[in-house]
Amino acid sequence: MPANLLVDIAWTHVTSRVRQTLVGMAGVAMGVGFTIMMAGLMEGSQIDFLRQLVDTMPHVTVQDDRRSVPIQPAEQEYGAVQMSNVANLNSRPGIRYPESVMASLRSWIPGDVAPSVRTTAIIDHGGGRLGVTLTGIDPRQEIRVSKLASQMREGQIGDLSRAPNAIIIGQALAEKLAVKAGDTLLLIGGQGVQVTSTVVGVFRSGLKRVDEGQIYSLINLAQLMMGQSGVINELRLRLNDPLIAQKIATQVEGQTGYKSVSWQEANSDLLSSFSVRDFIVLTVMGAMLLTSSFATYNIISTITHEKRQDIAIMKSLGMRETSVRRIFIFEAAIIGVVGILAGWVIGYLLCYGWSKITIYNTLTGTTVPLSIYYSPTHYLVAGGISLLCCTGAAFFPARKATRVHPVEIIRGAS
Amino acid sequence: MSEVALQATGLVRRIEGDVSHILVNGIDLSVNKGEFLAITGPSGSGKSSLLYLLGLLDAPNEGDVIICGQPTSKLSESERADVRLTRLGFVFQFHFLLPEFTSLDNVILPMRAAGKMSEKDMRERGLELLASLGLKEHASKRPNQLSGGQRQRVAIARALSNRPEIIVADEPTGALDTASTEQVFSILREIADNGRTVVVVTHDPALAARADRRVHIVDGKIHETFVGERKAAEAAVTADVTTAEP
Repeated sequence: MPANLLVDIAWTHVTSRVRQTLVGMAGVAMGVGFTIMMAGLMEGSQIDFLRQLVDTMPHVTVQDDRRSVPIQPAEQEYGAVQMSNVANLNSRPGIRYPESVMASLRSWIPGDVAPSVRTTAIIDHGGGRLGVTLTGIDPRQEIRVSKLASQMREGQIGDLSRAPNAIIIGQALAEKLAVKAGDTLLLIGGQGVQVTSTVVGVFRSGLKRVDEGQIYSLINLAQLMMGQSGVINELRLRLNDPLIAQKIATQVEGQTGYKSVSWQEANSDLLSSFSVRDFIVLTVMGAMLLTSSFATYNIISTITHEKRQDIAIMKSLGMRETSVRRIFIFEAAIIGVVGILAGWVIGYLLCYGWSKITIYNTLTGTTVPLSIYYSPTHYLVAGGISLLCCTGAAFFPARKATRVHPVEIIRGAS
Repeated sequence: MSEVALQATGLVRRIEGDVSHILVNGIDLSVNKGEFLAITGPSGSGKSSLLYLLGLLDAPNEGDVIICGQPTSKLSESERADVRLTRLGFVFQFHFLLPEFTSLDNVILPMRAAGKMSEKDMRERGLELLASLGLKEHASKRPNQLSGGQRQRVAIARALSNRPEIIVADEPTGALDTASTEQVFSILREIADNGRTVVVVTHDPALAARADRRVHIVDGKIHETFVGERKAAEAAVTADVTTAEP
């Protein structure tokens, strides 16, 4: 059966019921429009958050640690042995030959690498004590692997070299301790080392746990606080494309033998919650599209009911049942396609409108517009699902109507 | 010997249910090419049921309908639809035209469904058919802009559009006034005279008498068969000529 005939009949049916058709199209358009808006808003906020996260931390961190306990001498000697109180053979902390490892990594990774020393310290100030993470860095190399320089609110990263035992602290910590650049603090290290440090800068990363619990110093101060001179216990990598961090981390771990953690692995719990959120939002969007297709179901049901005589006569003239059924599927498709086109426009306008709304961002401490992500995929997926829902909604009333025996209708009319 | 266009052998149509009801009860019937057959009978006698079986709109429980030599009992529903589209033309008591379409669009609908002609050829043929039935000036009108007789003539034009061998008509004049009835019946008569087979169900004995042959159905069976007035007259003339010969 030529498709243009079926489309002609379908077109005639939908255009002869303007009000019903417009209601159906409006239902589809609203469903598609709000779905696009929700998708843009959801993905926009997610991308914005991840961008903040990725900017704040190294993409890959190589630690002087291993994922499992090294093979013990007893295991090498005997086939079966019960182990308890396992001793670590690599008793000396730190990454061996860090300069060589960094040189090797720089030769192939798409990005840069910088050394650091991570340890813990206690700040004794104003009668109170506070545990913090102290990271010793090389300011010249640090700027190539982190955004610390751009996160400085007071002082500069290079000021670490301009004062003895200088440190940079997070803004939240500075507020908690009521200190500012130029003030001094007492730092107590793990081996009981006590050092009077000068605050030379204040940074704000946007992540509360970092701003409250992280301080930076030169590498030698961190080594002193750790009680291990010359040790480098962490290499920090920044990649040109953060999304390949997991792959690079695996390769680095394979090459160096040290535990290499990508930003994705470090935040796997957060990313997992994103997946749950995505699933929930997708379910809600699917429900919206499905609900919007009910209008189409209603219209096709009405049309098939009103057109029982036409269906009977078309079948009696020799049109096959499947062909007659396709007429009503085409009708739903016409309603769906026009509704989807209108929905795309509504979706774009909603996204544009929402992008003009500003909110206070606790991460940056500024008032920013809502992040909207514009993606053709949102339009295509919303349109595709909606079209599927519309044609699916039409299928069942169409099938029921076209199964009617023409003789029953002809006899009834007679 | 005349060529058989439509043949029914042992046709039985039952309605199954708590109480089984027989609509057509073992009918054997042959209709020749170019013959005008009228089926008559009281209400509920099974004449329309027989017509629906002959037109492949319904399937018999027993027996077979042979259309132009092709048995149809083993055909699928889609194949039966194809036979209806290409070999049969239908006219019903009500016109059953698609209300949103013009007369011309309704007439060319079966041609478009068959998909064998160009759009231009279909429109030409459609206009030709409408003109032959005196409806050329109504080609662009919708059914609600036509009178009952005009609508029925459009339905006849639609039945003829695919050049079917057989026209099946169920009470085609049942809803028409006297003038329109006369007009429609004359058209059907002319169709038969032009070589097509016409099978008509009618209540009207005067109209049925103008057919070549009339079968009277009672309780789903052929009760009597009559020769039509014209055939009878032709036969009488032939007999007179034969008698007058020395």
